[in-house]
Amino acid sequence: MSSQSIELISAGLLTTVQDLGRRGYQRYGIPVCGALDPVSLRIANVLVGNPEGEACLEITALGPTIRFISDSVVALVGADFKIDLDGREVRTWESVEVSAGSILSIGAASDGLRAYLAIAGGIDVPPVMNSRSTDLKGVFGGFEGRPLQDGDSLPVGDSPHVADWSQRGLPAGISRQPTFGQEFQIRVVLGPQDGEFTQTGIDTMLTSEYTVSVDSDRMGYRLEGAEITHERGPDIVSDGTALGSVQVPGSGQPIILLADRGTTGGYTKIATVIAPDIGLLSQALPGAKVRFTAVSVEEAHEAQREQESMIREIKSHVDLDLTGAVSVRSEGSEVRVVDESGGRIAVPDVTGSRTSTRTISTIADGEEFEFELTTAFQ
Amino acid sequence: MRFLPAGDQAVVVEFGSVIDPEINALVHRAAAAIDASDIDGVLEMVPTYRSLLVYYDPLEVSLHELQEQISGLAIVADEIRDEFRIVEIPTLYGGEHGPDLEFVAQNAGMAESEVIALHSGTDYLVYTMGFSPGFPYLGGLDMRLHTPRLPSPRTLIPAGSVGIAETQTGVYPVASPGGWRLIGRSPLRLFDPLASPPTVINAGDRVRFVPLDDEAAYDDIDRQVKEGTYSAITRVGR
Repeated sequence: MSSQSIELISAGLLTTVQDLGRRGYQRYGIPVCGALDPVSLRIANVLVGNPEGEACLEITALGPTIRFISDSVVALVGADFKIDLDGREVRTWESVEVSAGSILSIGAASDGLRAYLAIAGGIDVPPVMNSRSTDLKGVFGGFEGRPLQDGDSLPVGDSPHVADWSQRGLPAGISRQPTFGQEFQIRVVLGPQDGEFTQTGIDTMLTSEYTVSVDSDRMGYRLEGAEITHERGPDIVSDGTALGSVQVPGSGQPIILLADRGTTGGYTKIATVIAPDIGLLSQALPGAKVRFTAVSVEEAHEAQREQESMIREIKSHVDLDLTGAVSVRSEGSEVRVVDESGGRIAVPDVTGSRTSTRTISTIADGEEFEFELTTAFQ
Repeated sequence: MRFLPAGDQAVVVEFGSVIDPEINALVHRAAAAIDASDIDGVLEMVPTYRSLLVYYDPLEVSLHELQEQISGLAIVADEIRDEFRIVEIPTLYGGEHGPDLEFVAQNAGMAESEVIALHSGTDYLVYTMGFSPGFPYLGGLDMRLHTPRLPSPRTLIPAGSVGIAETQTGVYPVASPGGWRLIGRSPLRLFDPLASPPTVINAGDRVRFVPLDDEAAYDDIDRQVKEGTYSAITRVGR
């Protein structure tokens, strides 16, 4: 039972509870939801000692003001927001210690659109179908299935006891924070229905500049620009909609499907935004310009490996001394825990979804044991 | 069976391009075969009328390996079930609940009452679930009612809306955007995230739309649904 909580003095423009999404239920029509920028959510969690997929607050354009009921550690990762803690400015993209009674104010985004506030222990709302993500359309999950409102009080899970937070920033060599600007270069893989479009239609998509419409939301980004022409027509017998699908209805104006998308759809899909660029796209504001580049599936996978290695570098840099008596070293997806005292330690759960406290009674002083962390990116 | 990349984390395994019970049976059989085969890196699947979207983790399996392994599975259509459930969907057609009924009637060259009689006069097979929580994709729509989707989808359709798109018909369990032509609305609640199972209708069921006489009949069922005293009428067919 969690004993900690936070209180939202003001909720911000669109603040929701999100994790890495609701997986395994798409065959029943249940959307994935989850963070629009999953990489930022993962890094935010790493910086506060959480498993990568822990539930965070997804903050949009204008952030909340939060009162902390107990001591905590937080990190804000994603778009550039001005944040202050009890009146003094604190930095994004690194862990910040917060005392009971403190007030954290997150202002307006000055570059990009969304960021993730991770709190040590995670937002401890009840999981629905194995996820804490808010499904705004289905009105379930997260906090009462809705955007947060002024005065809401949210439970926070038990956090691992971290001896020293001073090293919890990004390692040198990794740019502290990306800049997003107003022009986005987005990589796509053509298909699955590129054959339903004229060559002119495909060329139009890959050479034109599109503008992000004000009608964009967590379900999808509507773009406005040169009309993409179909070979036969815009409709197909409905099939599955992958994350990042660029569907083109009869209007010829593309719609990119994101986290809250329906699981299936019946408009032809000319291309699919590659996973490593999904988070980048979600930082585009209405009015921003988008251009597409086609890449192969293999090039997309290489881009993802680069992104994963960047996250691994951050994880290995971040000091994971959990109690002082336990040290954790990560190497790839393998984590080695060395317990020098025996007894109770907090370790990331092997499912990668929660932190749990486990009693390890059989371990001797200095003995090493190994367990595997599943990649939370799944 | 052909493979179409859907980005870098999913692939479409396509069995056909039309709505056909045999193609659909292959889709569900393929999903079961992949479930049973334990292929590394397969995360989840979305079966549809005619294709299977397979989500995979490229850090665990390459697209090429995945395709080879799926190609190697023995996939044969299941025998057709001889017994099935029929779920009745009480529906108020036309008016503000079905703003496109007039268009569908004009498109078909018939009176609105004929559209209602045709649409509600048959049992539809639930080919698959998808699009939004608890949304049943139904096969068996009379050819005369086939109507193109809206050129641009509506940004918000009320829960319970009954629609037509091309050769398909269905009912929206939750409010969402959508490009289907709306001909009516049902007060039934088809999705409850905390119920087990969360959906009233499932793949393999049959569905029959039952016309409601008027607003009062709709409101009466709507009230019972909200009070939790209404349960969907189901029968067993064969």
